[in-house]
Amino acid sequence: MTAAKAAAPSPVLPTDNYVTINNISKTFDGFRAVHDVSFSIRKGEIFALLGASGCGKSTLLRMLAGFEAPTAGTILLDGLDLNGLPPYRRPINMMFQSYALFPHMTVEQNIAYGLKQDKLPKHEINDRVQEMLKLVRMETYAKRKPHQLSGGQQQRVALARSLSKGPKLLLLDEPMGALDKKLRTQMQLEVVRIIERLGVTCVMVTHDQEEAMTMAHRIAIMEAGQISQIGTPAEIYEQPNCRYTASFIGSVNLFEGTLDEDQIDHCTIKTADLDVPIYVGHGVTGMTGMPCAFAVRPEKVSMSKTRPEQMHNHVAGIIQDIAYLGSESVYHVRLQSGKMVQVELVNAVRWGSERFAADDAVWIYWEDESGVVLTA
Amino acid sequence: MKSLFNSLRASSSFKGMHWLVTGFPYVWLLLFFVVPFLIVLKISFAEAAIAMPPFTDILSYAEQKLTINLNFGNYAYLFEDALYVDAYLGSLKFAAVSTLLCLLLGYPIAYTIARLQPAVRNVLLMLVVLPSWTSLLIRVYAWVGILKDNGFINNFLMWLGVIDQPLQIMYTPVSVYIGIVYAYLPFMVLPLYSNLVKHDVRLLEAASDLGAKPWMTFLTVTLPLSRAGIIAGAMLVFIPAVGEFVIPELLGGPSVLMIGKILWQEFFNNRDWPVASAVAMVMLAILTVPIVLFHHYQARDLEGRR
Amino acid sequence: MNNGPARISKFSYAALIVGFIFLYAPMLSLVIYSFNESRLVTVWAGFSTKWYGELFNDQQIMQAAWRSLQLAAFTATASTILGTLSAIVIVRFKRFRGRTAFTAMITAPLVMPEVITGLSLLLLFVSLGQWIGWPEGRGMHTIWIAHVTFTVAFVNVVISSRLQEMDISLEEAAMDLGANRVKTFFTITLPIISPALISGWLLAFTLSLDDLVVASFVSGPSSTTLPMVVFSSVRLGLSPKINALATILISLVSIAAFIGWWLMWRKERQRLRDIQDITSI
Repeated sequence: MTAAKAAAPSPVLPTDNYVTINNISKTFDGFRAVHDVSFSIRKGEIFALLGASGCGKSTLLRMLAGFEAPTAGTILLDGLDLNGLPPYRRPINMMFQSYALFPHMTVEQNIAYGLKQDKLPKHEINDRVQEMLKLVRMETYAKRKPHQLSGGQQQRVALARSLSKGPKLLLLDEPMGALDKKLRTQMQLEVVRIIERLGVTCVMVTHDQEEAMTMAHRIAIMEAGQISQIGTPAEIYEQPNCRYTASFIGSVNLFEGTLDEDQIDHCTIKTADLDVPIYVGHGVTGMTGMPCAFAVRPEKVSMSKTRPEQMHNHVAGIIQDIAYLGSESVYHVRLQSGKMVQVELVNAVRWGSERFAADDAVWIYWEDESGVVLTA
Repeated sequence: MKSLFNSLRASSSFKGMHWLVTGFPYVWLLLFFVVPFLIVLKISFAEAAIAMPPFTDILSYAEQKLTINLNFGNYAYLFEDALYVDAYLGSLKFAAVSTLLCLLLGYPIAYTIARLQPAVRNVLLMLVVLPSWTSLLIRVYAWVGILKDNGFINNFLMWLGVIDQPLQIMYTPVSVYIGIVYAYLPFMVLPLYSNLVKHDVRLLEAASDLGAKPWMTFLTVTLPLSRAGIIAGAMLVFIPAVGEFVIPELLGGPSVLMIGKILWQEFFNNRDWPVASAVAMVMLAILTVPIVLFHHYQARDLEGRR
Repeated sequence: MNNGPARISKFSYAALIVGFIFLYAPMLSLVIYSFNESRLVTVWAGFSTKWYGELFNDQQIMQAAWRSLQLAAFTATASTILGTLSAIVIVRFKRFRGRTAFTAMITAPLVMPEVITGLSLLLLFVSLGQWIGWPEGRGMHTIWIAHVTFTVAFVNVVISSRLQEMDISLEEAAMDLGANRVKTFFTITLPIISPALISGWLLAFTLSLDDLVVASFVSGPSSTTLPMVVFSSVRLGLSPKINALATILISLVSIAAFIGWWLMWRKERQRLRDIQDITSI
């Protein structure tokens, strides 16, 4: 579906199909948790499945791990068909949301557990455990039990354990879900550093867009058991392909209307909210008159007290509310049509927000390249 | 092809283990818990005989014909003889009143323990359960020494001069009530406690914040919320108490009629196995409703209240 | 969730005190009068330990006690194995045919009157003996089967509730790391639920040791258990020897309970210390 279009800017490499997911579906008691999903993951990539709870992302991850069997479809990992392989025969390891550290074993024993299952010689296991402890900087905690560790330390151990067997694919289930906000930002970067150093391919599941954008190379947005868009964080943010993605990631102003004129280098959209059709600096493939929406992010909208000089893309309104957020302020502007538009301005000057006040009559405007047309 | 093979192997070994894990307890319980009831049912339709085992076979096979001789006489006998009817009614009354007494005594205990500090809670809870880890027989025996005519209570009251004749407590319904409440109190307190301890104190605060007096809060919030605990506790006391043998035997004397004792006598003293079986089947029929009620709550508990 | 102590009324404390006096006064009286010189249990005639000597010289009681202890140990072991399996079935296997029947069979023995259980098992053994020649007679083996059958329900409750609390992702993590289901069970599940296995074992042990009614039905001529001996003695009236026996039993249970409490308390204290260590890092 639209995934191909969104991923198009990146060149296709031979390692592109390291993990291939073909037409995967999963039905629980008639409820379609995952519905006909197909995509592929590149070798060495950190790939995030992002969506609200109940969108099917966890089910998809559990099918990769082998805890759920797909109702239909196949999963290939480096050419190996995973169907029917129980979790203990898959070259895949997972870091659980709760970390699932074995409470009756020390840090060392936890990390060694997977290696012992492979019946490696004892000294090899010891060497590998030491290597892992060093990797996550937990050497001094080797003899501790999990309950004697803080949340961040537990996470490092869980990561070390899931990396100990050198998996072909690493799965992260809500990796930062159990940490408090301050620790989260620090650990996000640390986990990425470790994964990238080892070059391991990684699929993570999260409902936190900031986490996905910080950690992942590519993101798949999931909604109601299907993938609505795949792309790099920037692609997802700057070029959403549907109304759901656009409003799920960050905030957005959507103008509903119809396609008025469609050229190769530009198009215009007729909307009830603006007197003059919106002028967009890219073409769309569609018929004139079809319904579509124009999406523009609040920080890409400008505001002034005087009428801007440009021909298109401006409209008058009245400031209704101001949310002062410190580094920036968000202005809620009511247009004559009654539509509310959000405008985000950086507070580059101290006390600068004094420039605009509630009930001010203002003009808002944006560049031709600032927004995108959404047809889905 | 290989993956198909793998999937077959993985799923079949899992299925096999699944069957083994389920099958072993399943077969055990079928054989030693369910089948025995069918045999009791069968023998309740037989006639007593001087033989070993002491009853006739209800199935006879003669001249290539299988005949089933069902004898409803045992059941008719139970309803004709006032002894049995009285014993059933007596058991139900003893069990019901004892359950109520256990609830009245056990609820405040469980409630108070559930409101204390966690460390104190565990110690007190253990002290409630501790007596039931020692022998029931010995605990009932202790009451004989306390209640009998020259027992502690009578000796003490006579020493005080309150009475000059010993009170007859032993071998009366009172001693049986004391015995049942004493023996079954922990079974009431435990489910009540585990229910009450989960209650959110903030609910009570919310209720009093909205202007409810303490006793109103109790009646309108705590009591309704603890319904599952009350039912579980009541059934854990009521059902076994109906069939209780040791307590009426040791504390009740001949005047206290309870069906467990009658069954025991039919079986051991009269050696009338068919009547004993009929007594058991009727008791089971009476207890069906409470057992189903108990199972309903217990199964939900076992499976984790999903 | 309970957020610490709420206001506790005087009535509540009174109920607690009355309740504990009610529970413990009879047991205390047993203990005190076990040291009574007189044969008359309720009349104090000076301190003596002679009844303990008589108890230990009573061959019948001593043999029955030894028999009962062995029986209780075998019962508890089998019951713990069966109870663990049935707990796995109840908690982990959410869907299979015959599940409703299974939960009914595993909960009903909790409340089944003992006389019914005893009678029905006896009739089963007699009928089986007629049909297939087994069991030939009745004795320790039939009591063992009967005790396992009624104690497994209690063990199942204890282990099920622990298994429910266990984070299922621990088992998933083990499988994810390469352990198959059997190995996962023995290296992860079993160690984690082991406290429940111990409580279950002890519960089955005490239930078996305590049982009079079921054993009376299914025992044979050479398999008189301790409760049966005590019962026939108690029926004849009070005996200071039984007081001595009761005192020993109460002491053993109290010591076991105290050790259990002490271990828990130590573990809890260690846990609190660990939490402090972590937060002070």
